[in-house]
Amino acid sequence: MTRETIRGRRPGEVLGRLALHAATTVTLAYIVLPLVLVVWLSFMADEIMTVPPEGYSLRWYAVAWGQAQLRDGFLTSLWVALAATALGLLITVPASFALARARFIGREALLQLLMSPLIVPGIVIGASIYVFLVQAEIATGLPLSGSSWGLVVAHLLLTVPWCVRLVTANLVGVNRSVEEAALSLGASPLVTALTVTLPMIWPGLVAAAVFGFVVSFGNIEVSLFLVAPGQITLPIAILQYLQWKIDPTIAAVSVVQIALIGLALVATSRITNLGKVV
Amino acid sequence: MAGVRIDGLAKRYEAVTAVEGVSLDVRDGEFLVLLGPSGCGKTTTLRMVAGFVAPSAGRVEIGARDVTHEPPYRRNIGLVFQNYALFPHLSVEENVAFGLRRRGVPEAAIRTRVAAALARVKLDGFGARLPRALSGGQQQRVAIARAIVIEPDVLLLDEPLSNLDAQLRHDVRAELRLLQTELGITTIMVTHDQDEAMSVGDRLVVMARGRVQQVGTPADIYRRPRNRFVASFIGRANFFAGRAEAGGFVTASGLRLPAPDLPPGADTLMIRPEAVTLVAQGAEGLPATIETATYLGAGWEVDLRLSTGERLSVVTPAGDRAWQPGQALAARIDPALGVGLHGDV
Ligand SMILES: Nc1ncnc2c1ncn2[C@@H]1O[C@H](COP(=O)(O)OP(=O)(O)O)[C@@H](O)[C@H]1O
Ligand SMILES: [Mg+2]
Repeated sequence: MTRETIRGRRPGEVLGRLALHAATTVTLAYIVLPLVLVVWLSFMADEIMTVPPEGYSLRWYAVAWGQAQLRDGFLTSLWVALAATALGLLITVPASFALARARFIGREALLQLLMSPLIVPGIVIGASIYVFLVQAEIATGLPLSGSSWGLVVAHLLLTVPWCVRLVTANLVGVNRSVEEAALSLGASPLVTALTVTLPMIWPGLVAAAVFGFVVSFGNIEVSLFLVAPGQITLPIAILQYLQWKIDPTIAAVSVVQIALIGLALVATSRITNLGKVV
Repeated sequence: MAGVRIDGLAKRYEAVTAVEGVSLDVRDGEFLVLLGPSGCGKTTTLRMVAGFVAPSAGRVEIGARDVTHEPPYRRNIGLVFQNYALFPHLSVEENVAFGLRRRGVPEAAIRTRVAAALARVKLDGFGARLPRALSGGQQQRVAIARAIVIEPDVLLLDEPLSNLDAQLRHDVRAELRLLQTELGITTIMVTHDQDEAMSVGDRLVVMARGRVQQVGTPADIYRRPRNRFVASFIGRANFFAGRAEAGGFVTASGLRLPAPDLPPGADTLMIRPEAVTLVAQGAEGLPATIETATYLGAGWEVDLRLSTGERLSVVTPAGDRAWQPGQALAARIDPALGVGLHGDV
C-alpha cells in the first residue's frame, strides 16, 4: 500500500470509529435510561416523583404485593405464559420435525400458517378469539369466554411462531448423519428423535421456551378482550391501576417484571449461546 | 455373520441416474471396496444397502434375508461416516453402548462389551470423555467401536478415512483391515482413493457413471483392467491406438510391439510404466530419447519419445544410473505385460 492511500484513509477511519462510538452510546442510553429511571423511581419514598427524592424505601414493593389486583395479575400472567409456552412447544416440536425433515405437499402452507400470527395485529387476534368463544359458549352452553383457557389459547398464537422459527432453525442445523447413525444402530425414528435429536437441539428448545414466555408475559393487545374479573393479566392490571392512580407502585411492579424476564434471559445465555441458537 | 447380495440395483433421480444395474455378491467375511471418481454412485449404492435410499429397481439381501423394503433400523448394520457422526451429547462409552441399549442387552453385558470394543480400538480409558474432547483419529475409532460392538451382519463405511491427515489415514486403515480380519465381519467400504482401496480390499468394485466397470482382486484389476477407464483410474498407464495382429500389436504409426494373447479385435494396447526396461542405446529395444526424468528416491519417472513419435512413460528402479533429458537409449517392453483393450468403454 502506498503512503498516499494510508494517509488518505486515516482521518476517515478515525471519524468512522467516533461516529460508531457515539451511535452506540446514544442507542444504549436510549434503551437503558428508562429502565434505570423506573428502578430509581420504585425505590423513592415520596408518593409524587421529586428529584432529588426525600428518601428511599421498599414500601412500594409491599404496596404492590398488597394490591390484590396486581398480585393476581402477576399470578395469572405467570400461569398463562407458562401454559402457553408448554403447549406451544408440545405442538411445535412435532410440527417442526415435519417442516425440517419431510418433503410433503402443503409444507410451505403449514409453515406460513404457523408463522401467520406474527403478521396479524394482536388486537385482531384477541377480538376474533373473543367472538369465537362467545359463539361457542352460546352454542354449547359451557362458560368459555370468561375462562383463563381462552387466554391460554390466545397466547398460544404468540408463542407458536417463535417456537416454530427457533426449533426448525435448530433442526435444520443438526447433522443428518448423526441421526442416521442412530437409525443404523437400531433406533426407530421416534427413539432417534427423543434420544439423539432433541438432546442435540436442547439449547434451541430452551431459547424457544424463554422467548415464548417473555412474549406472552408482556402482552397486552391479545389479552384485552379476553380478560374477565379474576382473570386479569399483569399488563392489563397495570393499565387499569394507572387509570386512577399514578404512584411508584407501578414502578415496583415493572421492576419485578423486568427482573423476571432479565433472569430468564441470563439463565438461558448461561446454558446456551443465545446468539448462536436464535 | 452373513454375505450381501445386490441384484440389479438402480437409483434414478429426476435429472440424473445415480446408480444403474449394479449387481454384486459380497462373500461372508469379505472386505469389498467400492472405488471410483466423485459422483459415480458409490455413496448412493452404499446407502441403498444401508436402507437410507429406496432403490428405483433391484434387490438387496443381507444373509439370506431380503431387506430391500426394511428400514435401516431393522437391518442390523454397522455404519461409519466420513464425519464420524458421534452423538455429541453422549460420552464415548454411551456412544458405543447406544446400539446395545436399543437391543435391550442387560446392563452388565453392555459394560463388558463396550469395554472390550473400546480396547479393540485402543481407546481404553477414554470412556468418560465427550466426543469433542477427542482428536479426529480417536473420534473415528469410537465410531468404528460403536459400529462393531453390535456385531452387525455387515459393516458399511463411507470414506471413513478422508477427514484424517495422511499419516493417521495410513495407520487407521491398517488397523481397520486388521480388525475386520480378526472379527470376520462382511465389510463394504466406499473410497475414491485407489491406494486406500488396494491396501484394504479383498476385492475392488470400480465404478464410473453409476455403473460397475470391473470387479476383482486388486492384482486382477491392476494387471488386467477391462477397459481404458479402469486402466487409467487404477495406477498409471500408456495407451497405444492400433490393431492386434498375430502375436503382436501394430500401432497407428506402424510400430510393431510384441504382445501375445491379445483378444481379437483389440484396438488399444495398454502398457504399465513399470513394464518397460531402459537399456543402453543400440541394445535390443525401441530407440527413444528422454524428454523428462524425475528422481523419486526409490526410482525414476522417465518420459520418453520413441523414434516413431509416440510418448512412453516409464517407472524404473533407481540403481546406479542417472537419467537426463536428451539422453538417447532403448526401451524394452515386457511382452507379457501388455493388455489389449477394445472400444472406448
Ligand atoms: N438426493 C439426490 N438427488 C439428486 N441427485 C442425487 C442425489 N444424491 C446423489 N445424487 C447424484 O447422484 C450421483 C451419484 O452420487 P453419489 O452416490 O453421492 O456419488 P459418489 O459417492 O460416488 O461421489 C451424483 O451425480 C449426485 O449428484
Ligand atoms: Mg460419496
